[in-house]
Amino acid sequence: MSPQMIERLWQAFLDTALMVGVSAGIAVLAGIPLALFLVTSGPGGIFPAPTANRVVGTVVNGFRAVPFIVLLVALIPFTRLVAGTTIGVWAAIVPLSVSATPFFARIAEVSLREVDAGLIEAAQSIGCRRRHILAHVLLPEALPGIVAGFTITVVAMIGASAMAGAVGAGGLGDVAIRYGYQRFDTTVMVVVIAILIALVCVVQFAGDTAVRRLRAR
Amino acid sequence: MVGLIFDSLRDPGTPVAARRQAPGAATAARPPAPAPGREAGTVRFESVSKTYRSAAGPVQALDRVDLAIPAGAIFGIIGRSGAGKSSLLRTVNRLEAPTSGRVLVDGAPIDALDTDGLVALRRRIGMIFQHFNLLAAKTVRQNVALPLTVAGVPRRDIGPRVAEALRLVGLEDKADTYPSRLSGGQKQRVGIARALVSDPEILLCDEATSALDPETTLAILDLLRDINRRLGITIILITHEMSVIREICSDVVVLEGGRVVETGPVWRVFGAPEHPTTRALLEPLTRGLPSDLAARLQPQPAPGGWAILRITCSGQAAPDLSGLAEAGAPVRLLQAGIERIQGRAVGRMLVAVPAEDPAEDPSTEARLRALGDVERVGYVPADAAVG
Ligand SMILES: Nc1ncnc2c1ncn2[C@@H]1O[C@H](COP(=O)(O)OP(=O)(O)OP(=O)(O)O)[C@@H](O)[C@H]1O
Ligand SMILES: [Mg+2]
Repeated sequence: MSPQMIERLWQAFLDTALMVGVSAGIAVLAGIPLALFLVTSGPGGIFPAPTANRVVGTVVNGFRAVPFIVLLVALIPFTRLVAGTTIGVWAAIVPLSVSATPFFARIAEVSLREVDAGLIEAAQSIGCRRRHILAHVLLPEALPGIVAGFTITVVAMIGASAMAGAVGAGGLGDVAIRYGYQRFDTTVMVVVIAILIALVCVVQFAGDTAVRRLRAR
Repeated sequence: MVGLIFDSLRDPGTPVAARRQAPGAATAARPPAPAPGREAGTVRFESVSKTYRSAAGPVQALDRVDLAIPAGAIFGIIGRSGAGKSSLLRTVNRLEAPTSGRVLVDGAPIDALDTDGLVALRRRIGMIFQHFNLLAAKTVRQNVALPLTVAGVPRRDIGPRVAEALRLVGLEDKADTYPSRLSGGQKQRVGIARALVSDPEILLCDEATSALDPETTLAILDLLRDINRRLGITIILITHEMSVIREICSDVVVLEGGRVVETGPVWRVFGAPEHPTTRALLEPLTRGLPSDLAARLQPQPAPGGWAILRITCSGQAAPDLSGLAEAGAPVRLLQAGIERIQGRAVGRMLVAVPAEDPAEDPSTEARLRALGDVERVGYVPADAAVG
């Protein structure tokens, strides 16, 4: 492999890391409140709002139903509005976040729902207000599950970001398509795959370690 | 130690602190009677009904419950599964709102409280649970501190109060452990510390010892009794174990189908249960006629046989057995279980007297009556190996 190719791969790696990192950050910032809303606004929740709950739930399902590659295209007008462009790393972050947020929210929702109702009751009995229940009960108790879910989300996003690369977002997927596929450079293809595998392994290992630490107490 | 508890658990300036005894008087065996006109630590239910709406239709869990719980009592709630015990208990801190009727805590109705009022009320009422409900993500210390943390108590005051609450339950050395590493008894102690740290007037216990082994149960009951006596906290507890009621309660209420069917001091309800439900619940505590005699029981006296009499003692002085010694006819003691509940002799004796005798010689029965209520169970023939 030429030094330029190595340089290109490195740049692609950084682009992927940036796309996934920023999108994952957005998914957490938007997904956790969304998950909290889905859990607490249902019937019998601490912020009951059944109608809004149903509406939001349906919208989330809608986003989850659309395949990423379709979402990528369907969101182009929105992406242009937000990012000012439809190509490049920052443009890819828009559909990546939009797709990852409902995905992560649903996964976090499962963990939040598993928090024992008795704990919420105990918290109420000691004079916790609803915000205290969010901060001291729901989130900390669900944290191991949320972290595990976040790991799954990030791994899925690494895959999705490669797909985004195919439509001009840059990153490892872009390199693999342009050099590995269109120019039949098998070495590049293999190296990109190896990098992706390594990246996924590192993310999974970090996530598993964090979950194990949280569960050990 | 006691003084320390008072100093640190007391929240200066609150009515609760004013209600507490002076430290010197704190070790008195009985909780103080509230001063006239003061109602701190009392709970009153006025025609409380609760109907749940469930998928299968409405379920009436409580049906016009009227009940007054005095300050400083250890009040037991018993009843079959589904009788409404938890529903009733949970109306006290409004985890459950009655469908109709009122609950008064410290003499004040709680039905119209807004969020702030409700939070303030709950800070005066501790609650412990069958499954402890401790936060797994927090250490013992953080669990116990939580009621103070969310109440906005300054950090420097939280430390000593948490330490004192942990000392009260004997868990000072576990402060930095996570609950998952504790035994059931220790977890319940953390639950108690968490319930007591905000210096409540009332402690609600929903089957707090049901998940514990008998020995740990006794230790927790000792602790609860201790808390009641030292701090004067009113305790309302639900249990399926009649021995728990007998062990620590001053009063008991029996629920059946959401209604109060019997209530009163434990010595009276346990000594002379009136309602069939109460009798059924107490069945495990009362031993029936031994099976060999039961098998030979007949309604008519047989010549040379025996009459079986049951003597029920419900709250008199301890039975004076010397009267029996003076009886002309033999009085055979078959079975006896007399217990002291709240300083009163409560229980049953089963005796056999010669079959002809009780009818013909009223003096024997009269003497037996001095021991308690006499009731003729039946007769057994001469060869029933009674005497
Ligand atoms: N949230 C609820 N929704 C619907 N029905 C309920 C609810 N909670 C309790 N019930 C019903 O109300 C009745 C009384 O329940 P409650 O829990 O007060 O009984 P309990 O005496 O505490 O029983 P246990 O000894 O089994 O704990 C039961 O028939 C129960 O099924
Ligand atoms: Mg119950």
